[in-house]
Amino acid sequence: MLPFVTDWSLQQKGPVDQRRHQAKVKEALSRQLGDLITEENIIRSQRGQTIKVPIRSLQQFKFRFDPWPSQRVGQSQAVPRVGDRLGRLPENARASDQGERAGEIPGVDYVEAELTFEDVEEMLFRELGLPYLENKPIARVVQPEWAFKDIARRGLMGNLDKRRSLRANILRYAREGHPGLGRWMPQDLRFKTWVPEEVPEQNAVVVAMRDISGSMGDFKKRMARLFAFWMLGFLKSQYQQVEVVFLVHHTQAREVSEQEFFELGESGGTKVSSVYELCEEVLGERYPHAYWNIYPIHFSDGDNWSDADNRRTLESIQRILTVANVLGYAEIREGGYSSTLMSQFSKLIHPRFKIVTISRSQDLYLALKTFFPRQEEGATDG
Amino acid sequence: MAKTYPDDHAIWQLAVAHGLRPCPVIFEPVPASVLYEHAAYLIPGRMAHWSFGKQYQLLKTRYDYGLGKLYEMVVNTNPAYAFLLASNSSLENTMIRCHVMGHVDFFQANQAFSHTPKNMIDVVSHHADRIRQYEFQYGKNVVESFLDHVLAIEEHVDWDRPARRGFSSVANVQTPPEKSIRPRYEDLSPTTSAPSKSSPSRPLPRPTFDLLGFLMTSSDALEDWQRDIIGMVREEMRYLWPQLRTKIINEGWATYWHLRLMREISLADDDWVDFARMHALVVAPQEFQVNPYALGSRIFESIWQKGGDEALFLAREVEEDTSFLRNHLSPELVQAMHLFVAEREHQEIFVHTVDGKAVRDLLIHDLMHGGIPVISVDDGDFHHRGELLLRHHHDGSDLDIRYAEETLRHVYRLWGRPVHLETVVAERQVRLSCDQDEVTKATL
Repeated sequence: MLPFVTDWSLQQKGPVDQRRHQAKVKEALSRQLGDLITEENIIRSQRGQTIKVPIRSLQQFKFRFDPWPSQRVGQSQAVPRVGDRLGRLPENARASDQGERAGEIPGVDYVEAELTFEDVEEMLFRELGLPYLENKPIARVVQPEWAFKDIARRGLMGNLDKRRSLRANILRYAREGHPGLGRWMPQDLRFKTWVPEEVPEQNAVVVAMRDISGSMGDFKKRMARLFAFWMLGFLKSQYQQVEVVFLVHHTQAREVSEQEFFELGESGGTKVSSVYELCEEVLGERYPHAYWNIYPIHFSDGDNWSDADNRRTLESIQRILTVANVLGYAEIREGGYSSTLMSQFSKLIHPRFKIVTISRSQDLYLALKTFFPRQEEGATDG
Repeated sequence: MAKTYPDDHAIWQLAVAHGLRPCPVIFEPVPASVLYEHAAYLIPGRMAHWSFGKQYQLLKTRYDYGLGKLYEMVVNTNPAYAFLLASNSSLENTMIRCHVMGHVDFFQANQAFSHTPKNMIDVVSHHADRIRQYEFQYGKNVVESFLDHVLAIEEHVDWDRPARRGFSSVANVQTPPEKSIRPRYEDLSPTTSAPSKSSPSRPLPRPTFDLLGFLMTSSDALEDWQRDIIGMVREEMRYLWPQLRTKIINEGWATYWHLRLMREISLADDDWVDFARMHALVVAPQEFQVNPYALGSRIFESIWQKGGDEALFLAREVEEDTSFLRNHLSPELVQAMHLFVAEREHQEIFVHTVDGKAVRDLLIHDLMHGGIPVISVDDGDFHHRGELLLRHHHDGSDLDIRYAEETLRHVYRLWGRPVHLETVVAERQVRLSCDQDEVTKATL
């Protein structure tokens, strides 16, 4: 029998299972993160706007009929006449229908989660870390920040530290030979108080380098753009100030604006060393190692002009590695062959030198995790 | 001048005076969150599972945004429990009490419910306790993912037979000969090659529709607590099945009676207007589907017009949705209710026909077996390798193949060896097979 409960707020079965369902949605989403971060409508969304994202693993499968049969009984207010047009199928039914026709996975009744851009950002950034982070001691500006870090015997009641006060009280009585909590005396009270902290400002510079030779197609451009987008977002969330230098190259390298960097597409050959040498030059002149955390990254399809230039590039990379936090090389390639540049780079084993190959959009997530692993083992400067 | 409304007991007596046979009803006015919780679990106090939480969230969100409102939830027990929204007006809850009388009478009198246990709230709360214990013993995630597998095939129980001990209906399916699977290579070892114990009179294979019961008794891959969980889900689904078969007739009966009983209650003029508005909302046509309240109550009205109370009570006693429509949905009624068959051409939907027989036949087709595919276990020793063969009894509608494939993965987890499903896709005989995580499709 049901007990005669009147306090219905004790009835929490539904909310508990609801939270479990939501937790499962979250799990499923983070498994889908690799797809989410290449999703155009997420990247283009306005801050605060929610986007509906289908989740694949939370459907409850059953033996069931096609949910959109070709015929169905309906009812109308007016007298129905044969041939009356009643409307169109809902969006999601259409998608599923076409999907099935095209032999794809139908999209019908996917569980949808509502997400904001910030949610995706948060999930992604939680997965990433900053390896080889160094406090650059001579920061450009030292900003005082206030932090509750100290305990005082006098203070504002609002800042009372109850746990410490209790402890002081118990200790005092214990010393007097009366175990347990006793009457409160002013000297028992402890207050949290703040101290000014000098936080050295962390600065980072990203040197984004891109191959704009004729061989870089649309997919390659898109991947380079997406990678740079998330990388900048991540670094901006970690450092107070992030500056970006955009360099492009074919046989010669030059500095360009952000817009040009992502849009430029030129024809011509490729000489990779040119861009690494320009990078060295920029770093040497404008971003001294002592002040800046340095993240150079290079996107290319790896079709370099000559072996001699590959060697020259390697030498340059060795020099940059002495100052950079992480140096990344992302080879974006649609085919399966291995490039000459890649085979040269693979020989260089250095903990701060990270190489990834991006051949499908799903690889982007792995690439990000390779460059910014959450926990780096043996993270000492070698 | 305060308005007064009849209380629970007065309404119950009014119902009895009109020939209904409700058992005692306990009305519980509850907040929306509780009503929606009961509606999501279908039976109050049922086991915990995230899928119920998902349903709860859906119902509650719709309510919070004013998109759909549930008025009541009645539990088929004796005494019956009826949960009402505490926030409803007295007039609304008076109408809903009358409506509930229809449901309670239906649970008592309709043949489909003749073998449903009337203490189900106790039963499911014992189930919930046992599952909580298993969670404690074997881990929450282990129990949860096992329930995922079982709930995927929860509808496939032997719903039209009364509950009984043993599973005689199950025992007729061919199962792997005793000990042919475990220990695995027993027959290779000379020391254990005792003369076969299998009796010569092993029954011939006969299919069963009780997939859960079959897995529970015959699967080699399950531990006792897992068989227990299957048994619990099976018992709850056997209790719920009659409701799947009587959606239109049950709602129609309750709607017919709230209208009839409310007419016997004296109301103020403005209450009559409000009541008419509420009733109109309940029976309003819905887009692209049939409103069960409207269709069911309209059919009962026509039965009463033709045969009076005697015919009315007979129909509520012997019919279920399919027979109810077959016997009583006349072409005139189809026309009067503006029913039609809609057809999809590309993405556009058109009125295909208004022919009474075509409308009725399509409705009956869609309601067959509660709208759930009929699946039987045909062989538990398929290929003589202890594999499981299921058959979909095709009645003109193809299965959602992707869903069937994913569901087979769940069945595989319960059977522990390859499972197969034979069905028809686009008029071709097809067999889906699942081994480990791989599902393949072959045309036969």
